[in-house]
Amino acid sequence: MKILVGIKRVVDYNVRVRVLPDGSGVDTDGVKMSVNPFDEIALEEALRIREAGNADEVIVVSAGGDECQQQLRTGLAMGADRAIQIQTSESLQPLSVARAFLKIIEQEDPALVILGKQAIDDDNSQTAQMLAALWDRPQATFASKMVLNGTTAAVTREVDAGLETIEVDLPAVISVDLRMNEPRFVKLPDIMKAKRKPLDVVPLEELGVAIEGNIGVTNYAPPPQREKGIMVEDAAQLVQELKNRGLI
Amino acid sequence: MSKILIIAEHDGSSLNNSTAKCVSCAQAIGGEIDIVVFGNGVDAIAAEAAKLDSVSKVLAVNAEHLAAPLAANWAAEALTLAANYSHVLGPSTTFGRDLMPRIAALAGVNQVSDIMAVNSPTSFKRPVYAGNAIVDVDVAGGAKVIATVRNASWKAAAEAGSASVEQAAASNSAASHTRYVGLESEGGERPDLQSANRVVSGGRALGSEESFELIYKLADKIGAGVGASRAAVDAAYCPNDMQVGQTGKIISPDLYMAFGISGAIQHVTGIKDAGTIVAVNKDSEAPIFEIADIGLVGDLFTVIPELENLLG
Amino acid sequence: MTEREIMEYDVIIVGAGPAGLSCAIRLKQKKPDLMVAVIEKSSEIGAHILSGAVIEPEPLDELLPGWREDPPNICIPVERDEIWLLSQKGRRRLPTPPQQKNHGNFIVSLGAMCAWLANKAEALEVDIFPGYAASEIRYTEEGAVGGVIIGDMGIGRDGQQKDTYMQGIEIHAPVTVLSEGVRGHLSKQLIRKFELDKHSDPQTYGIGMKELWRVKPGKSKPGLVQHTAGWPLDSHTYGGSFIYHLDKDRIAIGFVCGLDYQDPNFVPFEAFQQMKNHPMVHEMLEGGEILSSGARAIAEGGYQSLPKTEMPGAMIIGDSAGTLNVPKIKGTHQAMRCGILAADHLAETSGAAGFDAKLRESEVVRELYKVRNIRPAFYKGFWRGFVRAAIETVTAGKLPTTLSIHADDTSLQKLDGYTSPDRHWVDRDLPPRDRLASVYFAATAHDEDQPIHLQILEPDVCTSRCVKEYGNPCTRFCPAHVYEMVGEGPEMALQINSANCVHCKTCDIKDPYQIINWVTPEGGSGPNYQNM
Repeated sequence: MKILVGIKRVVDYNVRVRVLPDGSGVDTDGVKMSVNPFDEIALEEALRIREAGNADEVIVVSAGGDECQQQLRTGLAMGADRAIQIQTSESLQPLSVARAFLKIIEQEDPALVILGKQAIDDDNSQTAQMLAALWDRPQATFASKMVLNGTTAAVTREVDAGLETIEVDLPAVISVDLRMNEPRFVKLPDIMKAKRKPLDVVPLEELGVAIEGNIGVTNYAPPPQREKGIMVEDAAQLVQELKNRGLI
Repeated sequence: MSKILIIAEHDGSSLNNSTAKCVSCAQAIGGEIDIVVFGNGVDAIAAEAAKLDSVSKVLAVNAEHLAAPLAANWAAEALTLAANYSHVLGPSTTFGRDLMPRIAALAGVNQVSDIMAVNSPTSFKRPVYAGNAIVDVDVAGGAKVIATVRNASWKAAAEAGSASVEQAAASNSAASHTRYVGLESEGGERPDLQSANRVVSGGRALGSEESFELIYKLADKIGAGVGASRAAVDAAYCPNDMQVGQTGKIISPDLYMAFGISGAIQHVTGIKDAGTIVAVNKDSEAPIFEIADIGLVGDLFTVIPELENLLG
Repeated sequence: MTEREIMEYDVIIVGAGPAGLSCAIRLKQKKPDLMVAVIEKSSEIGAHILSGAVIEPEPLDELLPGWREDPPNICIPVERDEIWLLSQKGRRRLPTPPQQKNHGNFIVSLGAMCAWLANKAEALEVDIFPGYAASEIRYTEEGAVGGVIIGDMGIGRDGQQKDTYMQGIEIHAPVTVLSEGVRGHLSKQLIRKFELDKHSDPQTYGIGMKELWRVKPGKSKPGLVQHTAGWPLDSHTYGGSFIYHLDKDRIAIGFVCGLDYQDPNFVPFEAFQQMKNHPMVHEMLEGGEILSSGARAIAEGGYQSLPKTEMPGAMIIGDSAGTLNVPKIKGTHQAMRCGILAADHLAETSGAAGFDAKLRESEVVRELYKVRNIRPAFYKGFWRGFVRAAIETVTAGKLPTTLSIHADDTSLQKLDGYTSPDRHWVDRDLPPRDRLASVYFAATAHDEDQPIHLQILEPDVCTSRCVKEYGNPCTRFCPAHVYEMVGEGPEMALQINSANCVHCKTCDIKDPYQIINWVTPEGGSGPNYQNM
């Protein structure tokens, strides 16, 4: 069976993100770009499933400009078999990404689609759920553990109240959370091997997807600065202050 | 005028206060506010929801297959109802974040995530890049607004209302491809650090693993999660999954109480979105006082026992 | 332990700085069929590169003739030079010495320039591997250098293999080029093993600390190059500041202190912060914000401290050997020239032998020779140094004497009987408030669950001798607050906050007992400098 893994090129998580002075976005000039950390975890899980003998092929998919080929090659170096770039210079909202991914799913017919729970740039956490909706298949989000049982999977999800387990029929869409696994390091020789693995470029227009543009994102501003508050003299005043503010 | 539907979050016995926060957000948007409670045997929860201020109507949709909050089932129901509303809101908790995008995709619209402020009924502010930038999100062309409401940014609406409660039957049958198996609560009663509404945190000044008991006791007294600075974790006073900060957890509780934490920028990065920051430190020059909402220069070994007494 | 996997190259270059990248580019230009790889410990090219920097473009013109049409990100032609002698509140303009006349030169971000050079190298099919640390030398059976061993990854703090454990591969090559920058850890080992410094003076270093600021509009005058001397240092501590004005309201500001300083209580980071609060500088910076900050040691020994730069199977180039021209405060053009020379030599002879002789006859060493007495002149204090420096400049280094260079680790005075001079420092108000706040802007990242990469070879010394003799100066000279003494009395112990480390190498250099041994942490760890 095939596993599709979605990956996104994002500003590296170590970068100190700065808003551009004109508010049009964040400063990505000369800034390090990487595979979204949750997507690496997704890919790692897919590779482990293949290594356990439960899948034959792991395909990494990314929607973006040609720069994202760098991240697709990283995916190939980690161990994916094939890469597909949905080529577009437009900045896509999750619904459009989900629609585009669905077209690839229709071509590839995977049993599992694994995504990261959210991208660390937009922090939307929508693509996996939307894809599952459009595909009319199960979704298992914020997954920290997955056990495959032939045509079903038992997925443990990290929810606010604790750990929830659901069972889904394959094919299904999973989004992974931090505790699913620790992604492997890439071996140097595999970087060289990845250069020879197939990377297909599919222009977005060829997929015949309706781009949904009903959301506009503008006015990037830095977060409000926290200012110094008040000082209290003792524990009694502190408790009073907290009660006044309805915090305890 | 906007017609807003809020999808209630509950655990089968009581309403989660995230729903009351959605109501506050809905109030800011303005218009008629309805709440729908999906589940099985949820009439009591619907009654609770009906007490929330400014709510017109509460719909209770009882069905066996709706007992567990499986997105595939609840989204189908929500989609049917959404046709009558201009806005559908859910909380930005794991529940709402799981459910709402599925509804949005079925409705054919993009979703607005994590509303922190309302500019207008179709324009909202939200954080991106882990809160390092705030953006305006505008919903254009009269499209339905399907959104999640950021918990830490809104106060719970008061219980000052008396909405009508209506029963409705589920319009869809169960999605057979997904089945609920069970829920395991995090060991013990203490809320998880990442999602707790209140957090009590200790720094290196605690001086020992034993002294950290002070932090745990105070946290349990007010039902808070527990955290620590990197210095305390490095000194092995507590486990490293308690670490709050740049290389630990980034949290946004309503209340963060820091005892004996100097407030180095690496730590403050982890709490910059907290609602109210309280700092207790012996050193009046500690940087944490520059950003604390309430500061107390004092010895935590004196202050913490005093707090416990006062809190009864 | 399983046998390591092996990759083979014709040339392996350790370190993707200006020397290493120039060497790689030139090699492929001369011999396109050679298999050349560059190994780099930082997560991305440029992430560990920190420099002023004003560069002389001639080596760039030689290596990449069309470069001016396609310059690196941040490349501002120098418009004006100023040298200032500061006192606590005042300043006096000094005439610009010839070495500091920068007409025709460019202010660059060396980090951005290295990223740009790396693209050029990759276009020529050099294999560049960021994120991997060359942690050991691989020796052939004959005892020659035969390549490098990449550090194992995924080892816990307790030394045990984690789930992510990945054994480092071996890279075999008939020639290894060490271009690790100042105080490279492999170069340090090789110099000792092959006794390459038998006939040279010890190396001497400075610590360079830098911040990149975005200032209020109008405060930055693009192309203005300023240097200061005097306050906040005393006359027995060598050093000064640089202030380079960039575009887009940015200023690169930094401070260099010679690591031969004597005062055990001295805090180089604090001297840097004091300088920023001088009225002339404060006025430029106030209301601005810090974009990035960091530190790196610089090699100041020049001609006298150059070790032999070849050994069986390997060559040392750039600042790993120490090719920086101190009075010019410029090392990039020298490093590039050295890299080009090394490549030409390899293209011609395919081996390291004979490189050292070529280097000694080259422009690189001629330039170092001319200014060889300027830095050591300052051993007698600022004013005598200044006078001797002027004489050496006027005579273009042709006087027959050569002053010797002293090691830095023996220069600290013991606490007993020593009084720090009054440097007239002020209460300051510009950020960052302290080293911990500063290190935040270096965006340095180390997985905390890995062995501490700062090895203390004799740990008892810290609490048994050093605390009494020098007062644990590591807690003061480290710019990143890595070292802390915690606890009191019999419980006092050294705590190493290795995650803060910015890989500057100052501790390895300045520790008076020479028991701190810096080794590579897991590949990809360390600073993430942007445009530094």
